[in-house]
Amino acid sequence: MSVAKSSLYEHPLRVIYHFLKIDTALFMALVILSMSGLVVLYSASGGDLGAIQRQLIRLAIGFTGLLVFAQVSSDQLKSWSLALYIAGVALLVIVLISGDTGKGAQRWLNLGFVRFQPSELMKIWLPMMMAWYYAKRPLPPSLKDIFVGFAILAVPTALIIKQPDLGTSILVALAGLFVIFLAGIRYRVIAVFIGLLLASAPVFWFYLRDYQRGRILTLLDPERDPLGAGYHIIQSKIAIGSGGIYGRGWLNGTQSQLDFIPERSTDFIFSVMSEEFGFFGTSLLIMVYLFIIVRGLVISARAQTCYARLLGGAISLSFFSYVFVNIGMVSGLLPVVGVPLPLISYGGTSMVTLLTMFGILMSIHSHRKLLGH
Amino acid sequence: MARRITLKNLRLEYLIFRERAILSAILVAGTFILLLVRLYDLQITNFSHYQTLSDDNRVRVLPIAPTRGLILDRNGEILADNTPNYQLVITPLQVEDMSQLIRTLSIFITIQDHELERFYKTVKRQQAFQQAPLKLKLTEQEVAKLAVNQHRFPGVEITAHSTRYYPQKNTFAHALGYVGRINEKELSQLDNQNYQGTSHVGKLGIEKRYEKELHGTVGHKHVEINAQGRALRVLKTQPSIPGVDIQLSLVARLQEVAQDALEDENGAVVAIDPNNGDVLTFVSRPNYDPNAFVNGIGQVAYAALRDNKHRPLYNRALIGQYPPGSTVKPIVALAGLEYNLTWPEKTMYAGPFFQLPGKERKYRDWKKEGHGIVDMYSAISQSCDVYFYKLGDELGIDRMHEFLTQFNLGARTQLDTVGEVKGLMPSREWKRAARGEPWYPGETIITSIGQGYMLTTPLQLAVMTGYIANHGKMFKPRFVRAMRNVDTFKFETTPVVEMTPVKVKRENYWRAIEQAMVDVVHAPNGTARRIGADVTYKIAGKTGTAQVYGIAQDEEYDEENTPKHLRDHALFIAYAPVEDPQIAIAVVVENGGSGSSSAAPVARKILDAYLLNEQPIETIVKADSHQQEGKQFVSR
Repeated sequence: MSVAKSSLYEHPLRVIYHFLKIDTALFMALVILSMSGLVVLYSASGGDLGAIQRQLIRLAIGFTGLLVFAQVSSDQLKSWSLALYIAGVALLVIVLISGDTGKGAQRWLNLGFVRFQPSELMKIWLPMMMAWYYAKRPLPPSLKDIFVGFAILAVPTALIIKQPDLGTSILVALAGLFVIFLAGIRYRVIAVFIGLLLASAPVFWFYLRDYQRGRILTLLDPERDPLGAGYHIIQSKIAIGSGGIYGRGWLNGTQSQLDFIPERSTDFIFSVMSEEFGFFGTSLLIMVYLFIIVRGLVISARAQTCYARLLGGAISLSFFSYVFVNIGMVSGLLPVVGVPLPLISYGGTSMVTLLTMFGILMSIHSHRKLLGH
Repeated sequence: MARRITLKNLRLEYLIFRERAILSAILVAGTFILLLVRLYDLQITNFSHYQTLSDDNRVRVLPIAPTRGLILDRNGEILADNTPNYQLVITPLQVEDMSQLIRTLSIFITIQDHELERFYKTVKRQQAFQQAPLKLKLTEQEVAKLAVNQHRFPGVEITAHSTRYYPQKNTFAHALGYVGRINEKELSQLDNQNYQGTSHVGKLGIEKRYEKELHGTVGHKHVEINAQGRALRVLKTQPSIPGVDIQLSLVARLQEVAQDALEDENGAVVAIDPNNGDVLTFVSRPNYDPNAFVNGIGQVAYAALRDNKHRPLYNRALIGQYPPGSTVKPIVALAGLEYNLTWPEKTMYAGPFFQLPGKERKYRDWKKEGHGIVDMYSAISQSCDVYFYKLGDELGIDRMHEFLTQFNLGARTQLDTVGEVKGLMPSREWKRAARGEPWYPGETIITSIGQGYMLTTPLQLAVMTGYIANHGKMFKPRFVRAMRNVDTFKFETTPVVEMTPVKVKRENYWRAIEQAMVDVVHAPNGTARRIGADVTYKIAGKTGTAQVYGIAQDEEYDEENTPKHLRDHALFIAYAPVEDPQIAIAVVVENGGSGSSSAAPVARKILDAYLLNEQPIETIVKADSHQQEGKQFVSR
């Protein structure tokens, strides 16, 4: 009640934001990011206005999703968590049995009117499930709860690896791990796990597929195969490096415009941006990303329920992981794993899921205030 | 128990989360700083390195092949030209299914097996983004058909090239040689920088000898390309410098006359201007069409040329080595004069044969009954063997070798071409070295009539004739008389080079043998009187016959009943006009029988064509030869 009263004395835009239940700063940052993404996409697509139009439609759908989820309280989400998780695992099993094959992996589920990847849904449904689980337990979690948490994240991760889609499975697993981390897992337990992980790395290597090993080897030495697997990394690094301080200018990147960068409007769009806008442009972009993530963490920290905190924090850190994996990949720090640059890359699924996730953050932000009074 | 565990400390949980969120924010910031450091390293620290790589990526330096110099005849007629040619090239990188593509392409054009084989070989050797030629020569219809359907064949391109073309076909084959595709061996020897854009190189003849001049200097084009290697725009051009145009001393018209005059005979004609060494005619028959070699002759076609029993690929004018036969008699006589062994008017009785004192063996004259009383003039004009057997015996091989060597016999003439051979002027030293045997006196006897070990090329005979025409002076024979100056675009003549002169004590000696050679053509009983019958200028000549196989002591050579390939080679040397020699010529007709019947008429046609500047009269020879039929030319 008092919220509605006090808003009468505020700026009209604030009223609107308030009414829409969104966080102004985060919302503005997302808008700025996706708009600059369109500018880069115009160049990366070679001036294809059709691509811009399609991307705008996706943005519209995504932002609508954001606004819709901003209205849903986190308590409601919490009540759906278990059901969605079970449904997600079921979908992953179905994909493995009868999914559509694309680029050598079974990832797609065809429902007749829409074709989607259940593994994408798991990026949000898994942290919801984990947050739901830990919200009911005393924190910091006991060892038993940690193992249960691992079991919850292991099932979908294993199913996604089986598709095989190493990139997505890592991102899904990370989302779960972020929840465990935020729940307060003790540092010595973390240290033990990291130790175990390092010890088991050679075994893990043994189970990797040839092309996955190739990507890791290529990362270590791109010159190993300059015309094959290493080609993407080499060309991408050339594009980034030749950008210099201020870049070659919009639409003027030779690496981008002359087709040397592979997948330049999707996974490698960061290379295009780096070449045309230079270090200046890339640092600005990273600053915007940093702002969004920190803002997400702040919103989460201010949330009153444990579920909202854990979910909001996991969403923020997941977003960070997408940014880091993509930029790390195109700049040659990480292996090539086919992860789009959040809100910049051309493509529908990730755009819509991401904005929906931010819708949840918005909801955590706005429902807090209602609860507070 | 269980209930106590599920008790939640909300305050503690809030604090834990806050701590973890702060820690996360720090880790995120730290990771982003790591990314920024990485980007700083790429974009600022190593900027120039990556900029260079980027430019290397997009800018390709393409060679511009220079236009090969033209080869012209003395009158400016084009002998070796460059014509546009369209090739079908494929970039394997852009082709998904090569065999499918080739199947589709063969609907539009015919692709032969050897073309396919060469294509796959090239593809294997090169990298996938490099173009490989599938068809080296497309007809205009094929170009049109492919151009219309080009969108259906990604990776397929039609490229325009300039190809060597020899408009005179066979006529100049053995003089010009030809260009062909550069092979592995040549690749290692050529200047790779300058041959970047060049696919062909001179393989033989003038094309090979003047490769450096004809080729020119490569130019470069800086082209911006995309990742598929397609050129988008030209950034910078450094034009190539075309090869030098070369003007030959050869006369196209004479070449054709010689080619026709030899008809279907195997043989060679070399004519030289004795005033400067210009080679006017250089024909070897049979010959071949050099155009066939330019774009790679097929296995079958090549085998047909190689295995042809008339050996069309064999350059008889340059490397054909024949015993000179009686054509050396004039200079043997000159040696006799020089060494004071005889004088022109000194007569002797020449019987049917000659015998060395105390030896059984009879050295027969070609004339069964002998020539009777002869002097030097009639001995040369009637080609009396016995006169020269006796003179040769008196000269001895040492003096004969010393004197004849001055006429460049047994040595390369250094004509500006490739592959010339030396011939052979035998000597005691040579025989000991080559055969490990001493020189026998009988060998001196047959050397005096140009038989035995002695071997000469038609080119050497023409040079020898030039020496006689100039009374001891001669110029190095040359194909190229002028080259076009790259700057002024004018032809500049190349300097003439005098050969080591032949010195005799008296000028009269030259006049004597010259008179004898005039008698060969113009005297009533000269061996080549048939060609002198109606000539309006004065010719000095000498007939010769080179034995293909030995005849036993008491056997007689019967031309009629000897198979064609075992018949004697006919030779004829001549120069004219005698008062002011303009042309010295040597003709060899393989298995042509006697020099007078088949070789001399060929020479006459060329002399007429050159000196009278009109077509020779066909009937002279035909009519006269009938009269001579049945006459035997046992030897010489």
